[in-house]
Amino acid sequence: MTNLPLIALVGNPNAGKSALFNALTGARQKLGNYPGVTVERKAGRFSLSDGRPIELVDLPGTYSLSPTSPDEQVTRDVILGRQAGERLPDALVVVVDASNLDNHLRFALELIALGLPTVVALNMVDLATRDGLELDAHILSRELGVPVISTVAVRKRGLDHLRGELETMLDGSAGKARAPGEQSDFEGLRREARRIARAAVVRETPSRRLTAAVDRVALHPVAGLVLLLALLFIMFQAVYAWSEAPIAMIEGFVASAGDAVTAALPDGLLRSFLVDGVLNGVGSVIVFLPQILILFFFILMLEATGYMVRAAFLMDGLMARVGLSGRAFIPLLSSFACAVPGIMATRTIADPKDRLTTILIAPLMTCSARLPVYAVIIGAFIPARTVALGIGLQGLVLFCLYISGIVGAMLAALVLRRTVTRGASGGFLMEMPKYQWPRPQDIVLGLWQRAVIFLKRAGTIIFTSTVILWVLLSFPKAPEDGAVSQVNYSIAGRVANGLNLVLAPIGFNRDISLALIPAMAAREVAVSALATVYSLDADEDEARLERSLGDRLKDNWPLPTALAFLAWFVFAPQCISTIAVTRRETNGWKWPLFMIGYLFALAYAAAGLTYWTATAAGL
Amino acid sequence: MRLTDLPLRQPAYVDLIDWNALSASDGQRLREFGLCEGASVEALHHGGLLGRGPIACKVGRMTIAMRRSHAAAITVRTGPSDGDL
Repeated sequence: MTNLPLIALVGNPNAGKSALFNALTGARQKLGNYPGVTVERKAGRFSLSDGRPIELVDLPGTYSLSPTSPDEQVTRDVILGRQAGERLPDALVVVVDASNLDNHLRFALELIALGLPTVVALNMVDLATRDGLELDAHILSRELGVPVISTVAVRKRGLDHLRGELETMLDGSAGKARAPGEQSDFEGLRREARRIARAAVVRETPSRRLTAAVDRVALHPVAGLVLLLALLFIMFQAVYAWSEAPIAMIEGFVASAGDAVTAALPDGLLRSFLVDGVLNGVGSVIVFLPQILILFFFILMLEATGYMVRAAFLMDGLMARVGLSGRAFIPLLSSFACAVPGIMATRTIADPKDRLTTILIAPLMTCSARLPVYAVIIGAFIPARTVALGIGLQGLVLFCLYISGIVGAMLAALVLRRTVTRGASGGFLMEMPKYQWPRPQDIVLGLWQRAVIFLKRAGTIIFTSTVILWVLLSFPKAPEDGAVSQVNYSIAGRVANGLNLVLAPIGFNRDISLALIPAMAAREVAVSALATVYSLDADEDEARLERSLGDRLKDNWPLPTALAFLAWFVFAPQCISTIAVTRRETNGWKWPLFMIGYLFALAYAAAGLTYWTATAAGL
Repeated sequence: MRLTDLPLRQPAYVDLIDWNALSASDGQRLREFGLCEGASVEALHHGGLLGRGPIACKVGRMTIAMRRSHAAAITVRTGPSDGDL
């Protein structure tokens, strides 16, 4: 346990708290969860000018100490020292948006009244100045009774000053916050905030606002939707187009590592383990790191610029038709990267039925773990043709797979809202942040964190399941006479042959049945499992070892099977993490089991329909 | 007139809010956004193709998106403000 001084960053949503947190802590931050609840705990370290380390915790943004969602409840509980697993902060840094003082000061007053040592960070002063608003931090400080520091978190301005103020505060030489005022009621605080805000304004000139101009297009009922669709299309096209070169590099690296091992070790179990199990298995998954990072890059950018809420606004009309709110759009869009943070992001949805429905359909959004599977199958079976200007057939198929997931999710929501999660919709009420150009370092930091999480997954879950699969595939050893193949003779092969009785009608072969079992741990393992199977089966024919997984699949699978496999992956709930997070978020097994059941039924039906239609069409 | 009927980009003031027409948490949120009698308000955008989507409006210095059902509970008045509220 560390006993460093704990400082909590708190403030309204869109006050620039996270930017300040990133600017102060940089890469020295850790993501975790509060025990018992799934609200993310974002904490990091930074040092004061004298080198003393401080622990800084970034709390979810909220508008007041009266919570309406699980996220806001954690913020209140931490500040009041009631949150399990967290000690009472030694000081608060209250972040307020300089151009929205009337509103942000009300919450700041509520926090100051708690009596903890407090510093106010008057953030985004540059944007306020651009809007023609000039503020006097000294007047503000005098009126509030606590130090006020002007900051521009995204440009690291004012941070040293802030550090200095915290240093004095922790040394106890600074005065305590003033005693709780008499106006603790909401209206009183609001009036007081307004009075102080006016007192602090030195100059105010009306000026044209960039945000308003952009929103005329971005929120236009027609132009806005066209823009949103275009952005999504560019995003998915980029996932394919930009990743080619880095993927080739990683593949080259894995291949040369395989060659090196093959050259260094005699033929035997150890070499087979390293080459077929570890390198082919894990290697076939980490090649997708570039695609996953490109996807996350777009999602982080959309969030950091403030566009994400606009997308929610545009989608609310459509979402309302299936009984959801536009608010659900944000968790659903982040589920494209991974359903786990997506499901956790539903905590900002206040209405319990809205939230449950969103959780249940989140796994239908095409998460990045499906990308490796889609990429291998599309690469092998869909020709790299150009269908129109700049639109490749492969990218188009990928786009269609994403659309199928979305349409499936919307239909599922429609049905769920009329059956198991019946009830009135909770509505849509959100603040629209100003557009902001994101700080490159913040995006890089976000990507770095995602890359670490992905590689850890590759190194643990994926590595373990690949190794277990290799063992189950390698033993018992098939007789030397070659009458029966190693895969068929192995334990895994026998289990897969049994499972295949159920899956054969929808066009799946034994190898797919086999790959689906470890894919429960993480979807991308399906690819490494197939790689391991074909790698082991190719033992006798050395020349075949040189061939890519895609080529091997092409030889072994008819086209309808490949298409059915894709359709299966649009729907199947194959990831233990998703199931676990659903259990945690819904407090029991009822909803995760329901989710597994309905998604498997959908996957089976979709794969079957695809297979039978494709076969009938003579593909 | 109700906020739903307010022409786009015409400055107005909140005259009356029918708090009973809003759920307790929605009412609280609106107050936290600074929506109260006397606040300046300006409708900026109507979402959705048939004008049935949410409304984005400027309240004080914030832009807020709300559904039409919320906006319908808010009565607005154009013209000068009553002064300091």
